[in-house]
This record gives sequence, structure tokens and C-alpha cells, in this order.
Amino acid sequence: MSAKNVTTSSFQEDVLSSDKPVVVDFWAEWCGPCRMVSPILDEIAAEHSDKITIVKVNVDEEPGLAQQYGITSIPAMYVFQNAEVSKVIIGAKPKPALLEDLKSYIA
Amino acid sequence: MREVIIIGSGPAGFTAGIYTARAGLNPLLIASSVEPGGELMKTTEVENYPGFPAGLQGPELMAAFQEQAERFGTEVLLDDVIEVSLKGDVKVVKTGGGETFEAKTIILATGAAYRELGLPKEKEFSGYGVSWCATCDGFFFREKTIAVIGGGDSAMEEAIFLTRFASKVYLIHRRDSFKASKIMQERALNNPKIEVIWNTEVAELLGETRLTGIKMRNTVNGSEKDLELDGLFIAIGNDPRVWLVENQVELTPEKFIKVEGRSSKTSIPGVFAAGDVIDPTYRQAITAAGSGCVAALDAEHYLQDVN
Repeated sequence: MSAKNVTTSSFQEDVLSSDKPVVVDFWAEWCGPCRMVSPILDEIAAEHSDKITIVKVNVDEEPGLAQQYGITSIPAMYVFQNAEVSKVIIGAKPKPALLEDLKSYIA
Repeated sequence: MREVIIIGSGPAGFTAGIYTARAGLNPLLIASSVEPGGELMKTTEVENYPGFPAGLQGPELMAAFQEQAERFGTEVLLDDVIEVSLKGDVKVVKTGGGETFEAKTIILATGAAYRELGLPKEKEFSGYGVSWCATCDGFFFREKTIAVIGGGDSAMEEAIFLTRFASKVYLIHRRDSFKASKIMQERALNNPKIEVIWNTEVAELLGETRLTGIKMRNTVNGSEKDLELDGLFIAIGNDPRVWLVENQVELTPEKFIKVEGRSSKTSIPGVFAAGDVIDPTYRQAITAAGSGCVAALDAEHYLQDVN
């Protein structure tokens, strides 16, 4: 996975202070669909790097962050813009569906 | 043009891959971009698949299926089929990734997807307290109170699995006895964290932005009662995935793909079907694998006749 791994201590800088929208991909090693979606998100990030950033939060390593954002199902992709949650995408989806969900950020 | 395209990556699809590859047919297996592997990807221990006396994990078993299919030359594509055209000598398959393939035969092994209760707010609460996959989401319900709806083996398995995390698991079933296997029933009934609520169905999902509970209705006397819950896991069966083909091949009255007798032949020559998408009755990994083999052999014979 090539997206940056974000922790509680780096969340402010990596996510909240970002000037671009940030898609936070909540995942876990034991979550099969998460592992399928991650490379797709990496592709989208590479293709639209001028518009958005994609980062990852491992819920096993960062349970505090998972709880803070009320995660009860993964994969969960939270789009942060200007330090706030702007959109939530729950569940693994194919690339065309994710591009559609992120359309307003990458247009 | 390919000899055969297999749509689906569960036990039926990969077994068809093994057999068609070994028959020299160079199969293309289109596996789904985010959900390859079928239903077993959502289970933990698989103890009843023959050949594995110690049991193994669902994902491990599917990895082995895939490895075996690829060993003999099955080409596995992680993409989603969005459209098929089945009539005539040239079958056409289109994917979400933008590719188009042509083949002389198609094996449909798309399986079945979880059934929903069909209640208001169910889709909204999906991921917000409502789930169809204990192994996926159970982790987030540590020390919480949850309920599992269902009476078959899947419901028993999910309830037992969830006791690893939850402090309390209600097992709610609309009848007064389970149809699950004896061994699974016993494990569920003997688990101290599981409380069974019989003769009960879910009348309503409660909550504003996420699930806070359910309104239960007694199926015998109609009385209603609210139950506070942090999570609800639905395990009431699966519906065959026929949306790709339902206007092309004939379906049974129960909406499964219709096949001729014990073969895999659908109503369209050159199109075969296997696994849960044809089977309302047995729906086991081993029966799906068996039917995948039947489909591969039927496809092979068909190709020998046309070539």
C-alpha cells in the first residue's frame, strides 16, 4: 500500500491541516474487502494527485481514531475537507463507483 | 475469441477454472474487483469441506482454490462484469473496467447475495449498526449488545463468532426451532452469552442516524416489544445473483438460473450455470464445487461438438 499511514499524533497535520481534501481509508489486516479497495484508492490518488490526497488508518493500531469517528464497519472512507468530515463512503466498491462518489472532489 | 469465460470466483467458479484449464480451454475467470472469493471469504473456520480434517479458514480455502486454478493456466481478472450478451455463437462480456471479451461458452457462477429484511432505514443503517457480515464488522462491537436474526447455520455461526466481541448476543428467529445443523444449534444454545428469542421477527429498525434498537413482533400472538441494541446482524439467507442474465436465460419460479436436470445447461446453448446461483436447496461449498466441475465438463463437450 503506498498511501501514507496516519496515526493519532499525525492526524492534525496529515488530515485536518491539509489544503486539499483528504480521503482517510480506515482498514485492517483481517479485512479482505479493505485489501481489495486499497490499491484502487492508490490508483485514484495517483491519477488525481493535484485534487485529493489519500491516507490510511489501521483500526487495530489506532482504535481511538476509529472510535472517535464512529467506525462500525470497514472499509470506511471518510473525506475530510477544511478539517471537517465532508463525506462518508462505507463498504468496498469498484473503481467506477468510487470515482462517482468522489466526483465533486476530483472534477 | 476465447473458448470459455467463467463469471464468478467462489468454489463453483474456481472448480470450473481448474477443469476447463486442464482441458486446454484457456479459461478467463472474471472474479469481481472488490469481492472475489465468494461467501467463504466471510467465514472463519470451515470444518465441513471434505479433504481438510483439521478444518481451515474460509479465505485460506479460497486462496487454495485460486492457486489450483491458476496452476493449470486459468487467467483470473479482478474486474466486475456489468453486461453480457448470451444468445448466438459469440457471447459478449463487458466489464466495469472498460474491457469487452468474446467467448464461445460462458459459465455463470455468480452465487447469491445476502438477503435484506426489507425494512425502512435498513440501507441507511448499513455500516451504522446494521450488518450482514459478522467477521467483517464484529470487531467494532466489543462489549456491546447485539442481535443476530436468522435460524440457519450462518446465523448460528455468526452469533457464536460475535460472542468473541459482544457482551450479549440475542439470537432472534421467527419460528420455534432452528433449521441449522444439530452441532451448530448445540454450540449456540450452550453459549452463555447467547440468548435466543423465538417466534419473533423484526417489525422496525429504531434510531435516527444510526441503529439504537429494534421493535420486535411475536409471530404467534402479534405482540410487540422494543429491544435496545448497538448492532444488528442479519443472517436470513441469500438471493441468487441473476441480475446480469435474468432477461436472457430462463429462471425458475424462485428466481434461480434454471438448468436441465443434473446438468449445468441453461436455456441458451453454450451457456452453463453452477453454484448457489442455481441451487436453492443445498448451497454448500462442496456442492458448488461439484456443480462447477459439471459446468466445465458440459462446456468442454459443447465445444467438442461445435469445433
